[in-house]
Amino acid sequence: MPRLSVWYVRTSFLHLALAVTYGALILTAKAAPGWGWAWRLFPSHIEQIAYGWMLQFAMGVAFWALPRYREEPKRGDERPAWAAWTLINLGVALLTLAPWLGDDWMRFAGGAAEALAAILFAMHAWPRIKPLGT
Amino acid sequence: MPRLIRFFVKTAFAWLVVALALKALALSPWGASIPAITPISWHALFVGWLTQLIFGIAHWMLPTIPGAPKDLLRGDERIMGGVYGLLNVGLLLRMVAEPMVIAQPGAGLWQGLLIASAWLQWLAAMLFVFNSWRRVRPAVQRGKRG
Repeated sequence: MPRLSVWYVRTSFLHLALAVTYGALILTAKAAPGWGWAWRLFPSHIEQIAYGWMLQFAMGVAFWALPRYREEPKRGDERPAWAAWTLINLGVALLTLAPWLGDDWMRFAGGAAEALAAILFAMHAWPRIKPLGT
Repeated sequence: MPRLIRFFVKTAFAWLVVALALKALALSPWGASIPAITPISWHALFVGWLTQLIFGIAHWMLPTIPGAPKDLLRGDERIMGGVYGLLNVGLLLRMVAEPMVIAQPGAGLWQGLLIASAWLQWLAAMLFVFNSWRRVRPAVQRGKRG
């Protein structure tokens, strides 16, 4: 497994661990009086499950598993994919914190960082989506 | 494909069917009167189907542990058996307990089962991360898969 995939997948595991902790607290709040504060974690739960865990895990596995080139570098230019890793995590972090800090600009910056991550990762992956051995 | 992984993947497909049946029910004329139909259908999809499928395929496909005995190449299979059991029992409990907590407010049994369902699923995810973490690693030798 390439080093960048290790970073993607391990970071996705950290988001999974945080997101399921928030989810368990929220589900507890549905049954236990006095746990209403846990609902403030709901936006972070959604953000970290959908983007921090599932999307990031898929990106890490895609970087590992998509067809490689005949010549070095076998996975092409890795820089956009590294930038995408940085931006997706920056975006998830900003959108996880924004509901607590109530900052609209932080929300916008988080969304923009995630969108840019998608563009950069697609730029890296697009030419690798090709027949094997070409 | 090893037996435990087949269990993960086939159970994931069963949850997919359940999730889409619940969605259809939620969209029916009686849907609005069924308590908690929306959160349970979403979690059948995201936990029962997607997360369980990822857990199973990741357990199958992630690099094995170099030098480990054959039965420990994918980490401790007993832990992953526990993940399978905890995830599915936890989710099944939620499917029953969450509507019942709304239908019978203040019923301690359902409240207790709902809280138990939350932390069973939490434990499943934590054990998956614990068992899989060391398998997510760079290739050890050039020319080998990775």
